[in-house]
Amino acid sequence: MTLDHLRPVGTDGADAGHTIGVSRRAFLKAGVAGGGFVLGFGLPTFALRAAAGEPASFEPNAFIRIGSDGSLTLTMPQVEMGQGTYTSISMLIAEELEVDLSQVRLEHAPPDAKRYGNPALFGDQITGGSTSIRAFWEPLRRAGATTRVMLIGAAAKRWHVDPSECHAEQGEVVHKASRRRIKYGALAADAALMPVPEKVTLKRPEEFKLIGTPAKRLDTPLKVNGRAVYGIDVRPTGLKIATLAQSPTFGGRVKSVDDSAARKVKGVRQIVRLDDALAVVADHMGAAMKGLAALVIEWDNGPNAALTTQEIGRQLEQATLSPGAVAQNVGDVDKTIAEAVTKVDAVYHVPFLAHACMEPMNCTVHVRKDGCEVWVGTQVLARAQVAAAKATGLPLDKVVVHNHLLGGGFGRRLETDVVTRAVQIAMQVDGPVKVVWTREEDIQHDMYRPYFVDRMSAGLDQDGMLVAWSHRFAGSSILRRFFPPAFKNGLDPDTTDGAVNTAYAFPNARVEYLNVEPPGIPTAFWRSVGPSHCVFIVETFMDELAAAARKDPVQYRLALLDKSPRAKAVLRLAAEKAGWGQPLPKRSGRGVSLQSVFGSYMAQVAEVEVSKDGDVHVRRVVCAVDCGTVVNPDTVQAQVQSAVIFGIAAALFGQITLKDGRVEQTNFDTYRVLRMSEAPAIEVHIVRNTEAPGGMGEPGTAAIVPAVMNAIFAATGKRLRRPPADPADLTLA
Amino acid sequence: MAYTLNVNGIRHTVDVDGDTPLLWVLRDVLGMTGTKFGCGMALCGACTVHLNGAAIRSCVTSVESVGGARITTIEAIGNTAAGRKTQKAWLDLEVVQCGYCQSGQIMSASALLSRNPHPDDAAIEAAMSGNICRCGTYLRIREAIKQAAKSTASGKED
Repeated sequence: MTLDHLRPVGTDGADAGHTIGVSRRAFLKAGVAGGGFVLGFGLPTFALRAAAGEPASFEPNAFIRIGSDGSLTLTMPQVEMGQGTYTSISMLIAEELEVDLSQVRLEHAPPDAKRYGNPALFGDQITGGSTSIRAFWEPLRRAGATTRVMLIGAAAKRWHVDPSECHAEQGEVVHKASRRRIKYGALAADAALMPVPEKVTLKRPEEFKLIGTPAKRLDTPLKVNGRAVYGIDVRPTGLKIATLAQSPTFGGRVKSVDDSAARKVKGVRQIVRLDDALAVVADHMGAAMKGLAALVIEWDNGPNAALTTQEIGRQLEQATLSPGAVAQNVGDVDKTIAEAVTKVDAVYHVPFLAHACMEPMNCTVHVRKDGCEVWVGTQVLARAQVAAAKATGLPLDKVVVHNHLLGGGFGRRLETDVVTRAVQIAMQVDGPVKVVWTREEDIQHDMYRPYFVDRMSAGLDQDGMLVAWSHRFAGSSILRRFFPPAFKNGLDPDTTDGAVNTAYAFPNARVEYLNVEPPGIPTAFWRSVGPSHCVFIVETFMDELAAAARKDPVQYRLALLDKSPRAKAVLRLAAEKAGWGQPLPKRSGRGVSLQSVFGSYMAQVAEVEVSKDGDVHVRRVVCAVDCGTVVNPDTVQAQVQSAVIFGIAAALFGQITLKDGRVEQTNFDTYRVLRMSEAPAIEVHIVRNTEAPGGMGEPGTAAIVPAVMNAIFAATGKRLRRPPADPADLTLA
Repeated sequence: MAYTLNVNGIRHTVDVDGDTPLLWVLRDVLGMTGTKFGCGMALCGACTVHLNGAAIRSCVTSVESVGGARITTIEAIGNTAAGRKTQKAWLDLEVVQCGYCQSGQIMSASALLSRNPHPDDAAIEAAMSGNICRCGTYLRIREAIKQAAKSTASGKED
């Protein structure tokens, strides 16, 4: 396995970037002439054509490339941001192609939504929503199988034997009877001329050799020696470095600037003034930052200069007094609640959250008269190209985007504001410029997980069992902006995900959503998207109902799960492995959560300890997951560990607040994230079956927040309805 | 003014202001991009390098304060016994996810193992809690440090 393209050639990281977009096209033209074999396929119809004739006319969605030199290259339709997709995707192809992972070389896909669109996300070239395996599970295995059949066919033809007498293994076709073997590379030219099979039979699960095994990751060797190239690492020749200050209030503008001191800083080359931002261009980031600090900027704070989070919360809470668009309505909720023996009401607020990827936002751009080149790590490659075209006014085909590894994404890199901003700056700079955001800029100009207010109401019968459930909430719809057609009748499928169609059998249930866009603060997807909010609400309120009914929270949930055996099974498994019900010391407690989102079932039990000062320490997390067919169990485990730690940071510390229209948090001191000393032990129990694979990048984040909040309740008797947990609410009086 | 730095055994002369953080000299002037920028305030550890074998945060270390001290970066840490053991354990235990913070994690871990070949949990936490990982690889980092401590990779100590 090689990843040559992911590291700089010589000292110029840009060289590596060039090979990604350009070599692909060069190959398409030269592939057959050079004796190579290109196989492309389209989705979802699997329109496949052999490489002979006009390879440039292919419209493939993902690629297998077998060179006559024996090289085997896989082009990755999804981007690698730590979730392990480069390995999992390669496993899908390699399983059916019958090659070892050690034999393949990986390439980033170029921007091209037609060929690399994600079938699960509007066909757009998006890596997000825990969709990679779900979307590409079948098409990529089919691509591998089709290629294998054609290679076998070519070998059989050469040997004058029936293809059924041959099989493939480890990159070779074998004719067992005559003990002949031939490598794929030697068959490449012939295979390109073989007819494309109309149907291929995919392996049955019991035939998998690779899928289901903890295969080693393919992207990591260069990540332990400093040679991996992230967007922030590219160094095209003549590069300048810029850093920027954007209006501290959203919608504000630059009124005036005195840059005389900044210009005197050694290494500062240029000050770029935009309508709502200033950038200092320099020889290195040290000079750029020093220059930025020396700027004296007066801002026109604009229409949001008085905005506070309290005011946003007040407006959203007010909005929930009116009915919303109905996302789900079963039975007669109002009547049942009115007649219920016990009525439970609660109002929750969930805060704005920043992404805080370890690699701060950055983008490198070279604008020339006749074209524009962009280097960036992005979850939305094709959108990045569009953003650069729009900002420069150039036609799309004059914009070249080089994709790079992402130092974290978490939804932040689904947005192209960073690309647009970098292009605006680069348009005023002669030569390539890398625009690097400081951490302060990254936190204060993020696009945030929305603030939501949820008004909950439920009715219980004489046994405390749930008879009616009402959930009404107000806040931002990200999809309405991100993909407008998905917003219909006041609803979108993401914002209510996790609130509607839960695993529970509710006899009477209504879910209503009020689309209210708070002014003056941009919102975006955040790891575990809609469920990051909805699962917290559903699972915390469920705990409130169990408490009101004086029932055990696990038993209370189990009684509602008769229609969902998979949900029931993970809940039982998590409870059993966690030692649910066994005694804990004072001020310690266990909390549970259950969800079925992203196509995966997950239950978590968190165990917390609360100090007398109100500090919460999560000691242990037990997770049971049924994500259907497991591609790589080690990746599943790693993603749960990752998602849990990400979610605990949100539960305990995470909130972005506004004062005078400005984000109050600035860096990791005021926007705390979890550190090693705060990390719990995490156990992951995977239920193995052959159901369709579910997503695994995000479920763990949605599940942990309610589990922690419910554990805090168990430990202290305090119900926290406004995360993050505030120690002031939890001190021992 | 000009400063001469000893980076991974090679002398480099750079002409920058004396208060320029070492991080930017490494990344932008010398082109050694393995050392990462995360916060600029010594809060996250992504920029960790070794100064005479000890872990320091290069984002708050001015170039003028370094003098002739030996600077070791992630690009050369594999030349040391502790560094090589650490890198191997990182891959063996599949620590890495996005990987952006891992240069700093490996530099902190290898500095720890150099001065304390068999650290206990408390020593590991003390040495590593200044390094943030948003992918949450902490559990595997802890295990990898323990595995590296058990292994017997040979090589020049730094």
